[in-house]
Amino acid sequence: MGTQSISIKVNGVEQTGEVEPRLLLVHFIREDLGLTGTHIGCDTTHCGACTVILDGQAVKSCTVFTVQASGKEVLTIEGMTTNGELHPLQAGFMEEHGLQCGFCTPGMIMVSHALLQENSNPTEEEIRFGISGNLCRCTGYVNIVKAVQYAANKI
Amino acid sequence: MTELKTSAEIGGMGHSVKRKEDPRFIRGRGNYVDDVVRPGMLYMAIVRSPYAHAKILSINSEKALAHPGVAAVITGETLKEYNLHWMPTLMSDTQMVLPIDKVMYQAQEVAAVIATSRYAAADGVELVEVEYEPLEVVIDPFKALEPGAPVLRTDKEGQKDNRIFHWEAGDKAATDKAFKDADVTISQDIYIPRIHVASIETCGIVAEFDSVEGQLTLWMTSQAPHAHRTVFAMVAGHVGLSEEKIRIISPDIGGGFGGKVPIYPGYVIAIAATVVTGSPIKWVEHRRENLQADSFGRDYHMHAELAADKDGTMKALRIKTIADHGYTDAATQPSKWPAGLFAIATGSYPFEAAFCEVDGVYTNKPPGGIAYRCSFRVTEAVHAIERLVDILADDLGMDPAELRMKNFIPPEAFPYKSVLGLEYDSGNYAGALKLAMEKIGYQDLLKEQKEKRERGELMGIGISSFTEVVGAGPSKDFDILGLKMFDSAEIRIHPTGKVLVRIGVQSQGQGHETTFGQIVAEELGIPVSDIKVEHGDTDTAPYGLGTYASRSTPVAGAATAMASRKIRDKAKKIAAYLLEVSEDDLDWEPGKFFVKGVPDKAKTIQEIAFAAYTNHPQGMEAGLEAVSYYDPPNMTFPFGSYICVVDIDSGTGQVKIRRFMAVDDCGNIINPMIVEGQIHGGLTMGMAPALMEEISYDEEGNIYGGSFMEYLMPTAMETPNWETAKTCTPSPHHPIGAKGVGESATVGAPPAIVNAVVDALSHLGVRHLEIPLTPEKVWRAINGL
Repeated sequence: MGTQSISIKVNGVEQTGEVEPRLLLVHFIREDLGLTGTHIGCDTTHCGACTVILDGQAVKSCTVFTVQASGKEVLTIEGMTTNGELHPLQAGFMEEHGLQCGFCTPGMIMVSHALLQENSNPTEEEIRFGISGNLCRCTGYVNIVKAVQYAANKI
Repeated sequence: MTELKTSAEIGGMGHSVKRKEDPRFIRGRGNYVDDVVRPGMLYMAIVRSPYAHAKILSINSEKALAHPGVAAVITGETLKEYNLHWMPTLMSDTQMVLPIDKVMYQAQEVAAVIATSRYAAADGVELVEVEYEPLEVVIDPFKALEPGAPVLRTDKEGQKDNRIFHWEAGDKAATDKAFKDADVTISQDIYIPRIHVASIETCGIVAEFDSVEGQLTLWMTSQAPHAHRTVFAMVAGHVGLSEEKIRIISPDIGGGFGGKVPIYPGYVIAIAATVVTGSPIKWVEHRRENLQADSFGRDYHMHAELAADKDGTMKALRIKTIADHGYTDAATQPSKWPAGLFAIATGSYPFEAAFCEVDGVYTNKPPGGIAYRCSFRVTEAVHAIERLVDILADDLGMDPAELRMKNFIPPEAFPYKSVLGLEYDSGNYAGALKLAMEKIGYQDLLKEQKEKRERGELMGIGISSFTEVVGAGPSKDFDILGLKMFDSAEIRIHPTGKVLVRIGVQSQGQGHETTFGQIVAEELGIPVSDIKVEHGDTDTAPYGLGTYASRSTPVAGAATAMASRKIRDKAKKIAAYLLEVSEDDLDWEPGKFFVKGVPDKAKTIQEIAFAAYTNHPQGMEAGLEAVSYYDPPNMTFPFGSYICVVDIDSGTGQVKIRRFMAVDDCGNIINPMIVEGQIHGGLTMGMAPALMEEISYDEEGNIYGGSFMEYLMPTAMETPNWETAKTCTPSPHHPIGAKGVGESATVGAPPAIVNAVVDALSHLGVRHLEIPLTPEKVWRAINGL
């Protein structure tokens, strides 16, 4: 199978390479770049564990080909911390006990980040709607909502 | 409430200590099985059967092997060379690893492709050609028991039908007599559908065999790594695997809920593949494989009956069940009873007589079952009794809360021996229900409902007053293939007073690294921040039986307290030596021994630790370490009362949970924040099968619910803002009075929800509804269809 050249800025660093056109963005991030914070929980775009920010929008990276992201900017969970300082969402998830097994957490943080970028002061209903494309099996969402509210108050 | 004996800085029991696990998870620095990469690692993908029951006529791997990147194709014939094509289940039944001549359920493993990338492996799967001859399919467990039904397990000598086991508990004659003599009897068929835990991380393994050393290392999604290691050594000993050279590392696990207790064929094939190819092998399930082929929960067809006096005094209980186990009994339950802990069916009530019988049945479905976040079969039992109580209340025209209050086992009756043979450790059932009623404003809700009903609006209130049974052992009743259900902790105090704790159980999100440190902090007064907890690596952790059935705190938590106390005993001897007094002259407060009446004359635990390595008494062994293997004297019995309020859209049948008050009593609490989080999650996994989740099959054995397209898990939109409260009735036999809590809410929530929905529709003549309460089902009930 042939390959295609790509160039993607991931967490501020330009990444170039030759990839198969069918390579999913999530596999490029996890396996080619070794950024394993982005997880895979399903193969049908339902669970949201693989959520990253692509040019400012939350996307499920299991449903984006790497070549589609070429020339664009990707932000993953590893890019949320600046100079060792936690993003308020990261702090919020810890303070409000918004995680248990941690597997959905990076996706939840990324989708919440996109939500707060669009709406810095969401209602509970808006938060619930905003994260409804991401599944969590451990927390029952109550504390995830609180974590997003915590971050909204800090930002 | 749990009494605080330590400062917030020490962070012992009762403190909401922030989790030690979180800093890595919020940065994306967790280490899950799929994150493990080994040099030269190959990827495995599995060819699965499209048929539920078929002969395999041929498997042709030629095209797959010719595909770039494909290194090998493994079939049943490959494994047969090593006599590894079958394996025992944890219930001592047998299960195919890969088939030779027949498949028994849709999505069964048929062959495995090993390739240099996951993409090439997936390509290879498409290129393996399998020729099948479909056979008659048995899906309905009732039909499976009819004379003349095809016998599915032709591989089992002496198996003449599709019955796996028949189990009974209780006194049949006394129960039959009580029913005959009773003023009122009720009966109800109740089906608890097949569901799947669907943890967000699927199952997977990285298997690496070093042929020179004979060392097999497995990074594996395992809730029970030690037991799995022993099983692998027992099953594959004949091919040269030896237990001291098998190391299982269960790293960060993305949710378990029972689904990671079984040994799935994929794990075993990956192990065979690393031995055959000499390369490390990674296999991580797709979600479809996870839902379609991994062990399921429930699938219980119950006929439940209750006898009572006309004043509402409950007298007798009788339940007959058909349990669909799929094609093999691969239940992951360690009790000596094939129906697990179904004997909890008498619930929170003092029946005079009860009789339960369960028949396990083979069908052409994936094997199981697993417990779906409960001790085995507790959810089914609780659903039956809590539905029956509401039906009885309805028949007698009594308020369901009043009926429960009238019948509860009173607090002074504990320890209470039930007629089905369990000895409940402690409880205060009326206290929990009373608190729930106060918190939610029960009387006001009844008034509101009356008004709404007059206006034609559908509102329901449902109660569930459940009793759980968790914490397997004791070892006399519980084992996995002979391995007794104790659990363990090993504690080392370093010279500087810092601590390493290793435990035999394994976290899948429960927060063991935090809570087990808190137990040590409570017992030794060492700040929790100075305590490191490790688990999940069979080369380093003491032997244990794993985390499921809410057993970590009841068993390994007890072991941790007992090991801490051994350390404290030795520390006391050292303190007496250092202070030049007799041990009898010393008192303890968290963190130090001091001379009675002279608090200034003291030695801190840190000073004692240093002395244990630098200045210990002559004749005493150096060091400050202890191990405990704890075999609990009994199980623990957490309980609670839940009240659910629903509004139903009469046009669509959509159920909305408006409020849900959960009062839980799990005895003494280690970390209130974590306990509340467990209850939130448990409630959501109780709501899920009550309203949304179900896996079903058509007559040909095609699965419905095999992907997240049709298997509907709750999102933040369906999930209500759970309200919680607690009472505290410590376990009298547990060293720290704790009971376990992870599964209570999953057990208690479904009947509260169903009772609320049935209550909302009771004036329309609705007496019972089967879960899941989908809009269509509810709409049909509203419209009498």
